[in-house]
Amino acid sequence: MERELSFAEALNEALREEMRRDERVIIFGEDVAVAGGVYKVTKGLLEEFGPNRVIDTPISEAAIVGAAVGAALMGLRPVAEIMYMDFLTIATDQLVTHAAKLRFMSGGQLKVPLVVRTQYSLGRVHGSQHSQFYPAWFLQSPGLKVVLPATPRDAKGLLKSAIRDDDPVLFVECGLLYHRYKENVPEEEYLIPLGKADVKRRGNDVTVVAVSRVVREALEAAQRLDERGISVEVIDLMTAQPMDSETIINSVKKTNRLVIAEDSVKTGGLSAEIAARVAEEALEYLDSPIVRLNSPDMPVPFSAKLEQEYMVNADKIVDAVSKLVG
Amino acid sequence: MQMSIVGCVMGAFQIISLDGSADEEHLPELSTSQMLKMYRDMVLARRLDSWLMRLQRMGRVAIHAPSEGQEAAMVGSAHTLESEDWVFPSYREIPVYIARGVPISEILNRQFCNEEDPLHGHDMAVYGSRRHKIVPAPVPVGMQIPTAVGFAMAAKYRGEKAVAITYFGDGATSKGDFHEALNFAGVFKAPVVFFCQNNQYAISCPFSRQTATKTIAEKAVAYGFEGVWVDGNDVLACYSATKRAIEKARRGEGPTLIEAFTYRLGPHTTADDPSRYREHAEVEKWRERDPIARFKRFLIRRGLWSEEDDAKLHEEIEEDIKLEIEKAERKRPLKPDVIFADVYESEPWHLAEERDEFSRFI
Ligand SMILES: Cc1ncc(C[n+]2csc(CCOP(=O)(O)OP(=O)(O)O)c2C)c(N)n1
Ligand SMILES: [Mg+2]
Repeated sequence: MERELSFAEALNEALREEMRRDERVIIFGEDVAVAGGVYKVTKGLLEEFGPNRVIDTPISEAAIVGAAVGAALMGLRPVAEIMYMDFLTIATDQLVTHAAKLRFMSGGQLKVPLVVRTQYSLGRVHGSQHSQFYPAWFLQSPGLKVVLPATPRDAKGLLKSAIRDDDPVLFVECGLLYHRYKENVPEEEYLIPLGKADVKRRGNDVTVVAVSRVVREALEAAQRLDERGISVEVIDLMTAQPMDSETIINSVKKTNRLVIAEDSVKTGGLSAEIAARVAEEALEYLDSPIVRLNSPDMPVPFSAKLEQEYMVNADKIVDAVSKLVG
Repeated sequence: MQMSIVGCVMGAFQIISLDGSADEEHLPELSTSQMLKMYRDMVLARRLDSWLMRLQRMGRVAIHAPSEGQEAAMVGSAHTLESEDWVFPSYREIPVYIARGVPISEILNRQFCNEEDPLHGHDMAVYGSRRHKIVPAPVPVGMQIPTAVGFAMAAKYRGEKAVAITYFGDGATSKGDFHEALNFAGVFKAPVVFFCQNNQYAISCPFSRQTATKTIAEKAVAYGFEGVWVDGNDVLACYSATKRAIEKARRGEGPTLIEAFTYRLGPHTTADDPSRYREHAEVEKWRERDPIARFKRFLIRRGLWSEEDDAKLHEEIEEDIKLEIEKAERKRPLKPDVIFADVYESEPWHLAEERDEFSRFI
């Protein structure tokens, strides 16, 4: 059975199912309980699971993630919410230097099975301190997993896996997509494994690797290019750490051309890591240089019009692919 | 009532009662024209606020964080500042800017991101201005508090008379930034005033979930300086408490934490629906404590103001705002190349390259 769910609804369902399944799963964060989340992702959970499992906290990001680390050590499976990715920096000490290190520091005696959910709001006219997208920073944090769902269906399956995972997981959602569209989401239980990329569209001429919001842009671009006889393979990265190089490299070996499109600013972004891996392992298969489409190396502008121009979109992908194929 | 210095909290410091009568003994030394200017600023802030709410609903500006109900706290405190003092605000502080003399045309150019936007369309911050010594408000709650302390320490080091005042909410006091900043300020005796507007909510989170203490003011004790609890809907009480704190800081006697106890009458921002987390009756109760109505009763009681004056003032302000909105909306939008402006003192090569590449798309 399938029915249509939005991104926010699919995440909500993932949380609800995991909380029903396992009473060690608890949620805390700012405005998550009474208000049901500023973007309604945790709507109705307080009513179903009560105030001991769905907890509104003071505005204390360091304590939210720090407490999640402690609760995970105590045997719970906390899902902490950081309202905007921008505020994750405040809690990064706990996430990077504590959560991600405890298994290692304890010689494998301890584990920290927590999930930090957060979202980035690029494209929502929220300004430069509300729109940052820096999952690439967390690639420098061994011990941590980094997941970036692009569709409602994937978001649900990945979040459920993240909650069941025995390592700390940073789960980065795209706020712009929360209520933007709905898609079919299976009613029966399913999980999507962490660490696997997903080929969202098969093609032979060019590989486009996209992440999060940009996956939809890439699919739209592929559709348009198809009408012009250019066949694009679209890969959704889904998990940035550990990264599924194999799927990407196999695709590049087939298409011999690579475009990487994602929302990080260009320097040191996710695309840099993907490009480096392909250069290391499949350079001889490339017929042309790798193309990276990223946000400019600039903070995002606040003006709605300028923000749209700042962002990677289907037009830019079509343009880049067309030039590659010549 | 005595200004309650924490340690012996009796009730918030108040000068004007709800009915407009005053505690004569504590009336600050203010001329009639100063008081009328404060009143005007409060009314202007309220009317502009209601316009910005409507403009957002009409899709003409992107977002607004309303200040309705908090005008006394902001206008009263900001009227104590000297021209050399610097303001480190949060995102709800339009009344402070008005009290600081910022023309509403600048605030509107900002809101419409037009070619005269002083922030070049770069930020969500409501406003910022070197000329008016206002640092753009950061989005992350409480970020400005340690910055204000560092500024104050530097002013002291350079032997300047400037005092820093930083505004933040009850929610911000849960941040490490707040506690670390207060501790610094206490240790280094920084000339800074911490002005907390306790409007009893942080989005949906009530004050009771923010702290287990009865007041915010009492937290100052732990950092070795004075905390003052003041009725945030009483403009004269806010003025007096802040004046005292600013003068003390300027004399080199260190920081003060002021808690202005008030209420956010509107939503958190235009994106918020407060019916999800609070009763309408509670809002109505606080409407009766409206700071503007209270100050007006005070002024009328003393024969300094009349209903006719008031009607005229409202009309005048309304005309003014409408005119400025029209002007700001007619101006040209920002040019796309500002996307690449203002990030380094001189542009590095890679940005020049990206700018060229980018210009093909616009
Ligand atoms: C560090 C950080 N965490 C969360 C947020 C999201 N947020 C924006 S405003 C706000 C509430 C702030 O409440 P308070 O400090 O009381 O100020 P008020 O909005 O009431 O003026 C929250 C949680 C943020 N901007 N920054
Ligand atoms: Mg508040």
